[in-house]
Amino acid sequence: MTELTPVLTDIWDAEQSWKLATYAARGGYSALDTAFAMSPDAVIAAVKDSGLRGRGGAGFPTGMKWSFIPQDNPKPKYLVVNADESEPGTCKDIPLMMGNPHVLVEGVILSSYAIRANKAFIYIRGEVVHVIRRVQAAVAEAYAAGHLGQDIHGSGYDLDIVVHAGAGAYICGEETALLEGLEGRRGQPRLRPPFPAVAGLYASPTVINNVESIASVPAIVKNGAAWFGSMGTEKSKGHGIFSLSGHVERPGQYEAPLGITLRELLDLAGGVRAGHQLKFWTPGGSSTPLLTAEHLDVPLDFEGVGAAGSMLGTRALQIFDETVCVVRAVLRWTEFYKHESCGKCTPCREGTWWLVQALTRLENGQGTEADLDQLLDQCDNILGRSFCALGDGATSPVSSSIQHFRDEYLAHLSHGGCPFDPAKSTAWAGQEVSA
Amino acid sequence: MSTEPISAKTLAELREIAARYPEPRSGLLPMLHLVQSAQGRITPEGIEACAAILEISAAEVSGVATFYTMYKRHGVGDYHVGVCTNTLCAVMGGDAIFERLKEHLEIGNDEVAVQRQGDSRTVSLEHIECNAACDFAPVMMVNWEFMDNQTPDSAVQVVEALRAGHEVSSTRGPRLCTWREAERVLAGFPDGRVDEGPSAGPASLAGLEIARERGWSAPEPPSAPAVSAATDGGER
Ligand SMILES: Cc1cc2nc3c(=O)[nH]c(=O)nc-3n(C[C@H](O)[C@H](O)[C@H](O)COP(=O)(O)O)c2cc1C
Ligand code: SF4
Ligand code: FES
Repeated sequence: MTELTPVLTDIWDAEQSWKLATYAARGGYSALDTAFAMSPDAVIAAVKDSGLRGRGGAGFPTGMKWSFIPQDNPKPKYLVVNADESEPGTCKDIPLMMGNPHVLVEGVILSSYAIRANKAFIYIRGEVVHVIRRVQAAVAEAYAAGHLGQDIHGSGYDLDIVVHAGAGAYICGEETALLEGLEGRRGQPRLRPPFPAVAGLYASPTVINNVESIASVPAIVKNGAAWFGSMGTEKSKGHGIFSLSGHVERPGQYEAPLGITLRELLDLAGGVRAGHQLKFWTPGGSSTPLLTAEHLDVPLDFEGVGAAGSMLGTRALQIFDETVCVVRAVLRWTEFYKHESCGKCTPCREGTWWLVQALTRLENGQGTEADLDQLLDQCDNILGRSFCALGDGATSPVSSSIQHFRDEYLAHLSHGGCPFDPAKSTAWAGQEVSA
Repeated sequence: MSTEPISAKTLAELREIAARYPEPRSGLLPMLHLVQSAQGRITPEGIEACAAILEISAAEVSGVATFYTMYKRHGVGDYHVGVCTNTLCAVMGGDAIFERLKEHLEIGNDEVAVQRQGDSRTVSLEHIECNAACDFAPVMMVNWEFMDNQTPDSAVQVVEALRAGHEVSSTRGPRLCTWREAERVLAGFPDGRVDEGPSAGPASLAGLEIARERGWSAPEPPSAPAVSAATDGGER
């Protein structure tokens, strides 16, 4: 049995956990002096040694990303925190910033010191006002306590943080689109190379990391790389927040070592909702191919989920039971991608539109089995041909659902429409009868 | 809808936002939030003001304003209600909630409900994408504050309480302010409500509660600072 390992979530049940006093009483901000006694390169080395990999989806090694910043480049260096959290199913960074904003601020200071940035930005999606309040206040408290500003703790190191609210665009989670948004432009991805490490914000060397990645840094500096690496699996080290949602008895946030399985998590969460069975799930948001009950014992680490034909992504475990029509689910996600496509490249802009048309017809029971193969062809025209990973992600639910549930698509055709009753899937299904 | 002109104070605040950044244009997104707060929507005057301050064309500002869904060309209500109809919430009941609110408010998507006699406040309705609260599905947002675990009935109660001018609190946040007041916070001007609401909602604490019950915690840190091994300059 894998045990839960609360680190970032550990303070969430404290009274006023978002206040500096609460955080400091638990050793908060003590990693600053540890780091300032080290060289910036030594901080990078510690993060490299820890094995921390990006928590925003792709799992790129964080310390390695930092080491790509060309320190001989005379331009200013920037750290940008990606707090856009908009991938459907993903809901970990928002409660983290609400309940423990100071761990993010401390992480920003340590990370900026490591890459030698004197200015950092936290780009938070706009649709979460209270979370923005909490991060704004944490930054203000950190300034007042001398953890930010000039000559922090007498170290000679200066850092300013700007909290920046986005304005509603999933694509701004893509790191180069985020930079466009942060420069006051439409959020459309940039051509790479040059990579942001070389020419990012204002064409200057820039590190972009996910909220949870940056928030993991203080404990690594404080407790050491070996401590972090004692959790998780060989190539996917450390703790991560797993978000269970949907048809599960106790949805919520579960911070565990990477490599825990869905079976173990469901066991902790009281199982799939009473009287129902697992039908399909996303391991890491809607852009990661769907898995089924066959995959309950897949280790939820980067390698394990990859080997099962999907991706760990953001550990956004959306659980759907047998009452849910997979075609309805996939159509809705596809409508999302169509809506959020930034329009820059044709395969994604046109392709997501065609996917919606084709799926709508199938959901209505129109068409033939040949349309399924056409859907897969359309996916082939998008996957790998799009300018950014939004287009690729849009194909994941479509192709994986056809792979696992081809018969259900066909049932729509033979049934002349959707054979499912959506009322049976709701959170209150069955309660009216018994009440 | 009548709109008061942009005041000298707002103009000064717009400049203040631009000055937060190494390059002023970076302020555009929060500046447009402030325009919405001051004028209730993105107005031609607001676009001109941003363009003048940033020394870019109005067309460029307009191009940005139309790209992001939170910017509204048409006004919204005092309380802007968003119902998440992305897959997870839709399945858990978001579709039913959205249908019920459309019917109850007698409006379609992205419309403002009629202010009835006796209503002291207005509401508008929109279906929204995943708002990063899936563990509280089905989710509704009011002025971008969380209203977790809704049902069609509870959603109707919320909008009626809002129209009547009653004080309503977010299930995981503060007393609700108006949409225009919320937009001001997004522009970077705090409103003093930060200490309202809990640290975390019940679902956020699900794993932590189990860890507490079972006495689980992260591994003990080593007693001596373990990073000392890496303080050798780190050139590797
Ligand atoms: C369409 C799209 C949306 C994304 N959304 C987010 C997001 O909301 N938050 C995030 O951290 N990363 C997101 N990413 C990944 C980022 O591009 C980037 O890889 C990540 O922020 C890097 O941080 P990390 O290395 O710490 O994970 C998204 C990527 C794509 C293609
Ligand atoms: S793949 Fe989609 S979101 Fe990405 S650049 Fe192309 S159109 Fe824009
Ligand atoms: S799907 Fe509704 S909040 Fe995520």
